[in-house]
Amino acid sequence: MKPHNSQQHTIVALVHDRPGVLARIASLFRRRGFNIASLAVGASEQAGLSRLTFVVTGDQYTVEQATAHLDKLIDVVKVSNISNEDAVARELALIKVRATPSNRSEILEMANLFRAKIVDVGARSLVVEITGEEDKIDALYDLLRPFGILELMRTGRVAMVRGKSGGRVSDDVGADAIIMGRNGMAAQLAGSVPGHYEGV
Amino acid sequence: MEMTGAEIICESLLREGVDTIFGLPGGAVLPFYGALSGYPQLRHILVRHEQAAAMAADGYARATGKVGVCSATSGPGATNLVTGLASAQMDSVPIVCITGQVPRPAIGRDAFQETDITGITLPVTKHNYLVMDVRDIAPVIKEAFYIARTGRPGPVLIDVPKDVLAGDKIEFEWPESIDLPGYEPPGEPDPRQVAAAANLINEAERPVILAGHGVLISRAWEELRALAEKAQIPVITTLLGIGSLPTDHVLHMGMPGMHGMAYASLAIDRSDLVIALGARFDDRVTGRLSDFAPGAKIIHFDVDPSEFNKNVVADVPVLGDLKAGLRALIQRVNSNVHMDWIRECDRLRAEHPSLFIRKSDVLLPQQVLKELSDETNGESIIVTGVGQHQMWAAQHYGYKEPNSLITSGGSGAMGFEVPAALGAKVGRPDKTVWSIAGDGGFQMTLCDLATAVENNIDVKYAILNNGSLGMVRQWQDFFYDKDFFSTIYSKNPDFVKLAEAYGIRGIRVTKQEEVSGAIQEAMETPGPVVVDFVVKEDEFVFPMIPAGESVHEMLEEPEAEGVAIETA
Repeated sequence: MKPHNSQQHTIVALVHDRPGVLARIASLFRRRGFNIASLAVGASEQAGLSRLTFVVTGDQYTVEQATAHLDKLIDVVKVSNISNEDAVARELALIKVRATPSNRSEILEMANLFRAKIVDVGARSLVVEITGEEDKIDALYDLLRPFGILELMRTGRVAMVRGKSGGRVSDDVGADAIIMGRNGMAAQLAGSVPGHYEGV
Repeated sequence: MEMTGAEIICESLLREGVDTIFGLPGGAVLPFYGALSGYPQLRHILVRHEQAAAMAADGYARATGKVGVCSATSGPGATNLVTGLASAQMDSVPIVCITGQVPRPAIGRDAFQETDITGITLPVTKHNYLVMDVRDIAPVIKEAFYIARTGRPGPVLIDVPKDVLAGDKIEFEWPESIDLPGYEPPGEPDPRQVAAAANLINEAERPVILAGHGVLISRAWEELRALAEKAQIPVITTLLGIGSLPTDHVLHMGMPGMHGMAYASLAIDRSDLVIALGARFDDRVTGRLSDFAPGAKIIHFDVDPSEFNKNVVADVPVLGDLKAGLRALIQRVNSNVHMDWIRECDRLRAEHPSLFIRKSDVLLPQQVLKELSDETNGESIIVTGVGQHQMWAAQHYGYKEPNSLITSGGSGAMGFEVPAALGAKVGRPDKTVWSIAGDGGFQMTLCDLATAVENNIDVKYAILNNGSLGMVRQWQDFFYDKDFFSTIYSKNPDFVKLAEAYGIRGIRVTKQEEVSGAIQEAMETPGPVVVDFVVKEDEFVFPMIPAGESVHEMLEEPEAEGVAIETA
């Protein structure tokens, strides 16, 4: 994964697959004022557990707090910030684009260049399925825009630490930081902890 | 033996060592009450309002160190608990609440007295449950108590539909273990962090300890004292840390912050090391963050990792149980004297007396607290509401023992004093319990005087009656052009007659020379007593660091003799 924009952080969480788990997470983010840019959730390799990928927008302080508070939720088993890890990140998008018999082949050609698939052909439209990093999806979207986008659906980022980093799974990243109480965070955080707010 | 869900709750509560439940029944929770009447070992104290049930459970928990238990019915019964839950959550108090819910088939259909209480309480509980299967009741109760009392404690709510309480009977089985892979309370801190903390302490020239509620929660007051004495470090206690070191200990350096002692705030300002023990750097403690302890490094012991760097960046965070952490730390900390620093602290104390009570023709509220402290030898449990009386109680009472001040600190819930004092007295019948109220807060929850009377819970209620919402009035005076809009209670009830209406003794005090006699009379009278101290109506709490400002903007008692307003 290429280096992130300093404002976007990828957090992976393993959570119990129970009613209300997403409400707990959403409630926490809303209450503490954290911004979720995207959230993808689905089954994990363990029965009864789901894995979530969050993209959190904010500075170092925000991502630290978001991670620590997520970890406190009883239904959250493990949380890790994999933003600085060697990881693969993918997103899937469905793009319904206006298409006429005259420009259909042009759209097909573009889709092929991006290794995207046409998954539906209608009388006046095509549905393109593309998988990749966000930039790649953005690029195809921009190229298709002149034809007329009728609908766009993106899944949000899913991410996983690569196998070569010591055989660890994504959930183990950051465990040391928690045990050590995030040593050395002071220097990193010095500029980002909000120092001023209106007195309450 | 096969049991209903309601009976399983009772059996499970017994297994958790519960002896008291504060609550009020209603339709959805009635099956539980039906079972409860067959369990005399579980004393149920019927309250007049569910808010009192939650706050009494809070007072019970803080006075005993055990988990407090309360119960209510669905809908309005459950929502009335919310203020108490929010207070317990902010102050890390272990409570388990059991609420009835409408039957499962009715959930989601806007049934009579249906409220989504698990949804409502998400942000004000440590965790909550909606139990949809009778087989889950026993494991959920075991989990709930474990979660409530371990790590950073907090309230847990268990919502049980009526048909789960009174439906299928199953064999009662108490689970032997808990399976909570997502919840691992930190144990002993990492020795490397403890060593790093010890190094900073050994190098420091002007260290202070900031002792918070965590010292009391982890029962680490002896370790706190040992650390302070070994390295001769002044101990400043937060509002909720009061009592972690006796107020008359030579190293006790008061409470800091908005209405703390000036010398405590100034000592932090001038220190080169702040050792925060189970304290969360609340805005009332720090003031403007950019000016908090500007020359100090920060060591932060906490059991909750989300507290590190939340408000104040820690140079050395130490994650884990505080008692274990302090034991390890004491081994590594050198004996020391810090003579110059201790002298400077003494000088600060002399120049900024802060607890000075000036001469007055009328009764001052501070005098009431000072005389109460003297009459009770600092050995009562003091339970306060929120506002001026709370700050004066924090300043002028000489607390000798841990857990002897019970107050709604973080949440600041007025009305806490009446029910929380009930809970404290039920939990500690051996102690004298004084509820210190303002006339505002007292009228928020006074309906539960009846609970004290009915159950003969011997709480002494002191009202510091200034006929106004005193702290709000003070802010209007200082910051809102003295526009005392909506803060004056011009038609308060006669609190003495009110006490008599409840069948208990009421005493009115209007003169300075009557104070000690009234306190003695209240304590000699068996059962609850109300003492209405009619105090000066426009008295201010000093010192005051206005919200969002720093120790450099501190306002001190203008008439205090010998005070040099010198904060540079």
